[in-house]
Amino acid sequence: MSKVIEGLYYSESHEWVKVEGNYGYIGITDYAQHALGNIVYVDMPDVDDEVEKDSEFGAVESVKAASDLISPVSGTVVEVNEALNDQPELLNQDAFANWIIKVELSDSTELDSLMDAKAYEAICKE
Amino acid sequence: MENNLKRTCLYDKHVALGAQMSPFGGFDMPIQYTSIIEEHNAVRHACGIFDVSHMGEVLISGPDAERLVGHLFTNDVREMPVGKVLYGMMLYPEGGVVDDLLVYKTAPDAFFLVINAANIDKDFAWMQENSKGFNARVENLSEQYAEVAVQGPKAEELMERLLGVKVSDLEFYTFKEVEVDGKKVLISRTGYTGEDGFEVYGDAAYINKVWDILVGSKEVTPCGLGCRDTLRFEVALPLYGHELSQDITPIEAGLGSFVKMDKPEFIGKEAIARQKAEGIQKKVVGIELHEKAVPRNGYDIEVNGQRIGYVTTGYQSISTGKSVCMALIDNQYAALGTEVDVRIRKKLFRGTVCKKRFYQKNYKK
Repeated sequence: MSKVIEGLYYSESHEWVKVEGNYGYIGITDYAQHALGNIVYVDMPDVDDEVEKDSEFGAVESVKAASDLISPVSGTVVEVNEALNDQPELLNQDAFANWIIKVELSDSTELDSLMDAKAYEAICKE
Repeated sequence: MENNLKRTCLYDKHVALGAQMSPFGGFDMPIQYTSIIEEHNAVRHACGIFDVSHMGEVLISGPDAERLVGHLFTNDVREMPVGKVLYGMMLYPEGGVVDDLLVYKTAPDAFFLVINAANIDKDFAWMQENSKGFNARVENLSEQYAEVAVQGPKAEELMERLLGVKVSDLEFYTFKEVEVDGKKVLISRTGYTGEDGFEVYGDAAYINKVWDILVGSKEVTPCGLGCRDTLRFEVALPLYGHELSQDITPIEAGLGSFVKMDKPEFIGKEAIARQKAEGIQKKVVGIELHEKAVPRNGYDIEVNGQRIGYVTTGYQSISTGKSVCMALIDNQYAALGTEVDVRIRKKLFRGTVCKKRFYQKNYKK
């Protein structure tokens, strides 16, 4: 069974956001990494790029397929997780401990449209 | 469509093992059991077993069998001894490929043809259509045969020890038929991974038994079609629909050595002769990217912003870690060392045309 963590915001496209002050860390869920299989490459935006809620900001590549990353929130990229360049498999090892980008949120009310752990867990079971 | 998916005789075992199932060639097939990387490495370094019961089997027999196979098939079966296997293609008169296949000579007047699952109906119709005037029988035996491939450097030792069949006497691309439980089983030293290994054809009961013994031993790793593709790709074995198709001739695919122009005739010979004389416009090449993005089937190849072709198969190679692909491109850019760009999503990635074989084959010859 896939792991779901309390205290994060979740999107239907299987990304999570962890909010710290005005910043959001964005990653993919355990369900997503499991569905993708062995992850071999993470295509990340550059620092200072703008990301928009519900728009693609990069991709996660497994051995067999590429899967778009969809941003759950809007904002400006302030940091990307460089460790994923050399070790994309970190996402398989622990998808919640390894964020992909850190974003300065431009509209924190967008978080209201995301799911909590309980609601997300329910859609994973569908 | 998906409701009409066929199941192989090992379907329940795949599901019980927790395999990720997906449609392939009209069958619901296991893509992976645990991880494509683990399964890939098991075949490169030890031994894996694949359910390939979806493959089609056709028997051509009768007084004109050799002549008919010679008419349909690009390779030369005239000097072929019983017990030998040949790889080749069936071509359209225009030179494009109907399918690529293995031909087993099982008797002086009988040939066993192994064809791709997705092409069974098309191929069988093609063979029947082109067998008029030949005194030969063409039978589609696909429903009667199940098949497993046992592949990897330990395959020979494990087959002999666990199954109790002698296979060390088989040379590369030869086969034998053995009697097991009163039924005929065909074992060949062939495969689609670039490693030593065997393919075993039999009825559902025997193939289930082989699977149970080998997988039950824990020494043979169940492997899905996911790693079958990464393995064949690394050693530049073509996949129909990607590196070969109705629109890609064997010459363009770099497989001209399997088309024997000294044969008196075969379907497509004139077109291939013309292409050899005039030269090809496009060619399947290897490309190695300079960065670690993953080139996928269908992505554009460009030079100075102009599209010159597309990726036929691409991966981050599991055995080498390199981002590589096979691509069909304009022949003028096909020279080794030519720099090209691959468009991956919005970005362009620079790559260099290289040999298609990204990993050395390890056949036992």
